[in-house]
Amino acid sequence: MTTPRERLEAVGNQIPPLIALTVLWMLLWGKFSWLNLLVGLGVGIVVTVAFYLVPVQQSGRVHPLHAVLFFVRLIVDIVRASIDVSWLAVKPRLVTSNAILEIRLRTRSDLILTWTGVATSIVPGSIVVDIDRESSILYLHVLNMNSAGEIERFRRRVLDTERRIVRGFGSREDVERMRGVRPENRRSERRRRAEGTTGKGQS
Amino acid sequence: MSAVLIDVLTAILVLAGATMCLAAGIGLNRFPDVLSRLHAATKPQILGLMAVTADVAINNFSVGTVTLSIAIVVFQALTAPMAAHLVGRAAYATEHLRPDLLIVDELKDRRAAR
Repeated sequence: MTTPRERLEAVGNQIPPLIALTVLWMLLWGKFSWLNLLVGLGVGIVVTVAFYLVPVQQSGRVHPLHAVLFFVRLIVDIVRASIDVSWLAVKPRLVTSNAILEIRLRTRSDLILTWTGVATSIVPGSIVVDIDRESSILYLHVLNMNSAGEIERFRRRVLDTERRIVRGFGSREDVERMRGVRPENRRSERRRRAEGTTGKGQS
Repeated sequence: MSAVLIDVLTAILVLAGATMCLAAGIGLNRFPDVLSRLHAATKPQILGLMAVTADVAINNFSVGTVTLSIAIVVFQALTAPMAAHLVGRAAYATEHLRPDLLIVDELKDRRAAR
C-alpha cells in the first residue's frame, strides 16, 4: 500500500515534466497567453497521466550561473566538434582509427547520468553505445582516437562535462562528491606525471 | 539592424548550415562502418540545423518564430543522441562493427569478464 506521503511525492515528481510540456505547448503555438497556458496545462496533465513515466529522483537544486556556463560551453563544444567531424569527412586521407571507451562517472544520480550521456553524444565525435546504470559507467564510441594521450584527454573532457552539469543541476551530495574527488585527483596526477618525467630524465 | 547586415548574416548562416549538411552526407558515404557513419549522420547536421533555424529567426523576428526555432533545436538535440544510441547499441550487439578500426574496445573487455 502506498502511504499518502508517497503518493504526494509521486505527484510532485510529475510536476517538472508537466511544466516542461506546458512551456513546449506555448512554444509551439508561439504565443504566451492565458488561454494557451490553460490548454497547455490540460494537455500536459492528460499526457503525464496517459504516458506515465517512471519517477526520476530530482536533485532539487539549480545553480543559474553554472547552468548558463554549461550551456554556453556545450554550444562552443558543438561548434568546434562539428567542424572537426566535417573536416574528417571531407579530408583527402580517410582516418579509420576509433575507440570504444569505458568512462566511470562519479555521480550516482540517474538524472545526471542521462544528462551527461546526452551532452556527450550531442557533441560530435562520441556516441553512447551502452550504459551501466548501477555503477554509472558510460560506454562511448569515439571517432578518430589515435593515441593513449588523446584517449586520456577525451576521458577528462567527459568528466569535466559531468562536473559542469553537477555544478549546474546536481544535488548537494553530488557536488560534495565532486569536490571531494577532483582536486585530490588532479594533484596526485600532476605529481605522478612530474615524477614520471624526472624518472625518465634520470634513466 | 540594417538590411545589409541581415543579408550578410543570412548568407553566412545558410552557407554554414548547408556546408554542415553536405559534410554529413559525404561522411555518411565515406566512413567505413556503422558506428562511425552514425557520427556523420547525426552530428554536424545539428549545427547545420541550428544555423538555419537561427537564420529563420533573424529574418522573421517575432516571438513566435524565435520560440518555435528554440523548440526545434531543443527537440533535435534531445532526440538525435537517442536515435544514435539505439542504432549504435543494436549495431554493437549484432556485431555490425569492424574491430580492426578500433584501437581500444573496453566494452568487449567487460562483456568478456562477465
